[in-house]
Amino acid sequence: MMGGMNLRERWHDYWSPKEAIDTSPRISDEVKYTTCYMCACRCGIKVHLKDGGIRFIEGNPRHPVNHGVICGKGASGIMQHYSPARLSKPLLRVGERGAGEFREIEWEEAIATAVEWLSRIRADDPKKLAFFTGRDQSQSLTGFWATQFGTPNFAAHGGFCSVNMAAAGMYTLGGSFWEFGEPDWERTRLFLMFGVAEDHDSNPIKLALSGLRRRGAKFISINPVRTGYSAIADEWIGIRPGTDGLFVLSLVHELLRADKVDLDYLGRYTNAAWLVIQAPGTADDGLFARNEAGEPLVLDAAGGLANGLKAGGEARAVGEATLPDGRRAVPVFQLVAKRYLDPRYAPETVAPVCGIPAETIRRIAGEIAATAFGEQIEIPVAWTDWAGREHKSMRGRPVSIHAMRGISAHSNGFQTCRALHLLQMLLGTIDVPGGWRYKSPYPKPAPPGPKPAGKPGQVAAGTPLAGAPLGYVLSPEDLIVDSDGRPQRIDKAFSWEAPIAAHGLMHMLIRNAANGDPYPIDTLFMYMANMAWNSAMNTTETMRLLTDKDSATGEYKIPRIIYSDAYYSETVAYADLILPDTTYLERWDCISLLDRPIGGVDGPADSIRQPVIAPDRDVRPFQDVLIEIGARIGLPAFVTPEGGPRYPGGYKDYIVLHERTPGIGPLAGWRGADGEAAGKGAPNPQQLERYVANGCFWKFELPPQQLYFKHANKAYLETATAMGLIPAPEPIVLQLYVEPLQRFRLAAQGHGAMQPPAKDRARIDTYFDPLPFWYAPFEETRADPGGFPLHAITQRPMQMYHSWHSQNAWLRQILGQNRLFMNRVTARALGLADDDWVWVSSHAGRIEAQLKLMDGVNPNTVWTWNAIGKRAGAWNLAADSPEFTKGFLLNHLIGDILPGGGEVSLNSDPVTGQAAWYDLRVRIEKASAAEAGHSAPHFRASGHPPSTPRPPEIVRYGARFAGDEHQDATE
Amino acid sequence: MTDLPPSYPGQKKLGLVIDLDICVGCHACATACKEWNTGGHMAPLPDFNAYGDDAWGVWFNRIHSFEDGEGESACTVHFPKSCLHCDEPACVTVCPTGASYKRAEDGIVLVNESLCIGCKLCSWACPYGAREFDADAGVMKKCTLCIDRIYNANLAPEERQPACVMVCPTKARFFGDLGDPNSAVSELVATRGGADLMPELGYRPVNKYLPPRRGRMRAEDRAPAPLTALVAEAQRESDAAHPLLRWVDRLLSR
Repeated sequence: MMGGMNLRERWHDYWSPKEAIDTSPRISDEVKYTTCYMCACRCGIKVHLKDGGIRFIEGNPRHPVNHGVICGKGASGIMQHYSPARLSKPLLRVGERGAGEFREIEWEEAIATAVEWLSRIRADDPKKLAFFTGRDQSQSLTGFWATQFGTPNFAAHGGFCSVNMAAAGMYTLGGSFWEFGEPDWERTRLFLMFGVAEDHDSNPIKLALSGLRRRGAKFISINPVRTGYSAIADEWIGIRPGTDGLFVLSLVHELLRADKVDLDYLGRYTNAAWLVIQAPGTADDGLFARNEAGEPLVLDAAGGLANGLKAGGEARAVGEATLPDGRRAVPVFQLVAKRYLDPRYAPETVAPVCGIPAETIRRIAGEIAATAFGEQIEIPVAWTDWAGREHKSMRGRPVSIHAMRGISAHSNGFQTCRALHLLQMLLGTIDVPGGWRYKSPYPKPAPPGPKPAGKPGQVAAGTPLAGAPLGYVLSPEDLIVDSDGRPQRIDKAFSWEAPIAAHGLMHMLIRNAANGDPYPIDTLFMYMANMAWNSAMNTTETMRLLTDKDSATGEYKIPRIIYSDAYYSETVAYADLILPDTTYLERWDCISLLDRPIGGVDGPADSIRQPVIAPDRDVRPFQDVLIEIGARIGLPAFVTPEGGPRYPGGYKDYIVLHERTPGIGPLAGWRGADGEAAGKGAPNPQQLERYVANGCFWKFELPPQQLYFKHANKAYLETATAMGLIPAPEPIVLQLYVEPLQRFRLAAQGHGAMQPPAKDRARIDTYFDPLPFWYAPFEETRADPGGFPLHAITQRPMQMYHSWHSQNAWLRQILGQNRLFMNRVTARALGLADDDWVWVSSHAGRIEAQLKLMDGVNPNTVWTWNAIGKRAGAWNLAADSPEFTKGFLLNHLIGDILPGGGEVSLNSDPVTGQAAWYDLRVRIEKASAAEAGHSAPHFRASGHPPSTPRPPEIVRYGARFAGDEHQDATE
Repeated sequence: MTDLPPSYPGQKKLGLVIDLDICVGCHACATACKEWNTGGHMAPLPDFNAYGDDAWGVWFNRIHSFEDGEGESACTVHFPKSCLHCDEPACVTVCPTGASYKRAEDGIVLVNESLCIGCKLCSWACPYGAREFDADAGVMKKCTLCIDRIYNANLAPEERQPACVMVCPTKARFFGDLGDPNSAVSELVATRGGADLMPELGYRPVNKYLPPRRGRMRAEDRAPAPLTALVAEAQRESDAAHPLLRWVDRLLSR
């Protein structure tokens, strides 16, 4: 060995002690590509397999989402996959609900039991099945299955997650924040991020923030808490929770005062010029003035009326029109200017409410104006607009915005999100260079179809539902209510209580089902939704309702609960029949354009998961099981004409062969018999092989002339139509003024055939404002402000996703106990010190937690990390785990019903029904010495399934690979 | 006690440069390090009480988040910390068996497990807390700078970097030869004012930290026209009472 060394190497060798280091160990026997599922980001990953185990998971450098990086969660996938909390066998409950006593059963018994229960329901009344999924990435299948079953009672978890942002965006822009759009990261020069945003689109945002910092673009974070991304912002605005809308409208006020709005953009791409009828007290008040063809009218230069959809026409921004019938009408822009120039939006007025100095608001408005109007961007790419007019370049204003949960989870979230979109439109920054851009498959018409199905007459025994259970309503006639206005869905979505509930109201499901309101159900079927713990509001009450019995019959009020999960989460103990799911590395999946794809600003994309390792337990992918149940029940789309299973290969077959409409299936890539079609095409039996060969994703790159102005870009609109993304190549007009909201308002004012019950009228009249406005979140106006003086919110740790990662041996070392964070100044005033144990009370409950003091938090606000506290007995953690003994869950304090009763009773956004869990108000008191040292409340520990493994005390993961390496080294 | 290799001009000093200006504290570098190294050269990196109270394990890279300053000037800092591969590593010189050593050829500080007696003198000597005792095997372990990646012929050249650098979602971590003043990492240190951690101790760490930029590009630096001036310009006196008048003659073109 020494003989091969040169002098320098000998020198090194002499001075370096002689340790045999194999610097080129064999890394893996095989590398398999798939898609991460450690959160909702859906990064492409490479899984290195060695000696039958997982050696290493890393990012796929070619993947359009993550470009090779992964996050703290993604890199901990090994511990997720090998977790001792995994379920290992189908279970049937034998003890009381919640006790965690089960009998292990075979799959045949499990499926036959489900089929028996569900067949009976379907033959009787399909709506007696409520099928709700949690952080499900297969909603295009689960929703379709519910439709085939015939129940309107389907939704995923969007009602407590994102629907304010989704609905506000879809009704305004035909696209939305969350991960469905993003700033033009490479060109934006001023970026405003509102609220916590760490848990979606996480790696793309991290990559992009890094780029912004390097380029010197300015990043302003508006968030009550300075952690995570806010820590690297150029400026942190520690706003008071729930006042973002007021802050934004004050910016709008300042920009209007300075005439720093983009009238050209407004005229071309929005409904700013459309005339709004001004006839208070009449049935058309506040609706658009339209011609006989239904086209919106504008006031032309000569003072006459013209078709507002006609290309090239000129229209007045302000002015009074007289309609042929003599009524008055004014342009939308006039209503906008009039409203937001009002002194109630002046910085001085809003400053004390928002907790932001007026001077700061004015300065930021000035920076926005200076950047938008002083630093215009022009890209030398010619494009053609919807009307066929050619433009020599693409021009934009480099101000961009991102917002997510911090806006969404307030009872004013819908209108606040609308306010953000209003600001974007006034600046002309939607889908322009430097602005905010749609990600494929958006934009869609604003709002898109279809309408939800589930009205009386659309639900019938043994029959599929007339359409999808979730959708977008345009007027009261579209509500899912009976002739007396009563809700027809178990969660009361699309009723007068939550008319634009586009994602359903999963947070009301258990209360309503247990109370038989609006009707009793037979079976609650849930997937991947931890509804007995961190996915519920008022968790203590939710657990009680899950076990509540009818005193007359002794039967559970929710007679049957079927649940599928891969892990022993808190909800498993409350189910009667448990269908154990696989981990994300053991299954086929598709991240579908029919659901929530991974498309980017530069084109559509979708992806798959493939099994990279075989299950070592008796578990099955939920989607396979659902498809088998569907076939055995006889759901038409899941059986052949002869009655046999249509997808005998399970989800894998479905992904390839299912067609929603001719040529459109779950995956858009490599369609057609030859695999060369994109978007539309016949099923391709080799489709999955093509995906696997391409690293498990498909991406269609739009040409440069289609990359901006997608809502009005002829070539883009034609491409999107050809691919089946939109119904027709028609321009998408951005809605400053949302007319459907006014239709509900008119109904509340007593117009039309469908009118709300008396109790709902004032609420709908107030909150269905077609122009955004700000109102105080409900809880702070209801809960005694003296009694509950502080806001309490959660933030998302970047290394944990909801409750999933509590059992992850690595991640729980990073965060196993959450603290209640409080501003030092506030603590001093309350006589509290760092590490004190405190009681936290709200109108709905009382918990005990341990304080941690900090500077970077709004003084009126306390906060904690989301979903760290656990229930003893769950997740196969030892009874002394800090998640049980010291961690806590804020959910116990969050009521699903507001204090004080009255007309507005749901703790939800009045437009969409979104759960308002960021509205929480609390009081903090020091716990006594005797009470200190542990969190509260505590619940009786649930038992374990019989074959639950005893978790190892020491995890020595990877030792086997080292042995191999050492062996290599000695050879 | 263990000797250090003699230094010579142009000596290679492999190490990390970590940009605190863009680290968001996501822990990706920590878990990717754990994931790679638990099956790597010093495998395993055991976890004790992994599913109970007081769970703790061997990690070569940990993130510390703290607040700096007070009031308006306060900021939150995310600070990843691993072995700094010092030029004057007390952890090596203190080692009684020669187990702890610094490689002459690239400056990487390693532990030879077969010589380690688990006396922990090195962890007492290290002021950075970068040594991690494997109580299961009874030996000291530490960051190897992914010595089983950076020279690994089974990896593509662009992958021959430490796992923490490969994974970083904000690209806040850089790997290279800090002994070469012309290397990309050295240039980064020069242009961004990269600094040693606790230089006063004299261990001359090879790893460098790029400081967070404070108060950068505040509004006043960019000097936008004050909006009040714009308002004055936009609003003639006669407009003030009737603010909509200014748009009366404006035509929107579709």
